[in-house]
Amino acid sequence: MQQQDLYPKVYLYRRIVYAKLFIDEHFADKIDLDNIAGEAAFSKFHFIRLFNSVYNKTPHQYLSHLRIEKAKGLLKTNMAVADVCYAVGFESVSSFTGLFKRLTGSTPASYQLQQHQKLNAVANAPLRFIPNCFAEKNGWATNSNFEEAV
Amino acid sequence: MITKLSHISIFVLDQDSAYDFYINKLGFKVHTDAPMGPGMRWLTVCTPDQPELEITLMAISEGMMFSKESAVVMKELVSKGTFGFGVFECDNLLVTYEELKAKGVEFTKPPTKEFYGFEALFKDDSGNWFSLGQKGNL
Repeated sequence: MQQQDLYPKVYLYRRIVYAKLFIDEHFADKIDLDNIAGEAAFSKFHFIRLFNSVYNKTPHQYLSHLRIEKAKGLLKTNMAVADVCYAVGFESVSSFTGLFKRLTGSTPASYQLQQHQKLNAVANAPLRFIPNCFAEKNGWATNSNFEEAV
Repeated sequence: MITKLSHISIFVLDQDSAYDFYINKLGFKVHTDAPMGPGMRWLTVCTPDQPELEITLMAISEGMMFSKESAVVMKELVSKGTFGFGVFECDNLLVTYEELKAKGVEFTKPPTKEFYGFEALFKDDSGNWFSLGQKGNL
């Protein structure tokens, strides 16, 4: 069965998908969602409605969500919170911090601290995070979890 | 009584390439990434809505669970698409298909209505294949 027969509006999906991929690529830039709607050959209203129906978020909500997700990744490094804020496209640290806390429940600084603690724990005692059967199979279990626990 | 699955392994030819495929193309999250000495790495990922199920991207290499001979045989089997490791689910199959295809994911079967549901098949960068179904329709 041809895809067009299966779903006659596949071309609409494609335009929405490409708009979403454009946001994925340019999230850190000043994105004008009106322009994206124009590029996708939709009116702004039609574009927002279709995007929302496909991704369960308006384009603006998706962009905010994506920037926060990218920020979460950068906060796992040693990058300063303010630098992360600007790197993912926010223009003020206070708006970044407010949105980050609203979406994740933590401030960027406390999230960064938690992540660093987790990464340090993995680096210092990786066998605590690996089922022992795999560790033994791979020959990593000379200092096994059982020995550490004693 | 067994209550749930916590880890499942997918055997991959190259962990760096698999990381790129599963994280940057499929959109999975890194769960644990721990270097375990020269050429060895414990790498697990998870789907966004199922963080409790760790998918281990297990390198097929001598010393990593495999003898030299077994690694050669396993690499050949994986490369030629012998193994299908499971079924993933998405909210909208047509959208996900278009998006993954645009990112370079190879589909061996486009979204197709079957008697059991609506599915597509894709391959990872090593050659493992998966079914992709639409939530509530597979």
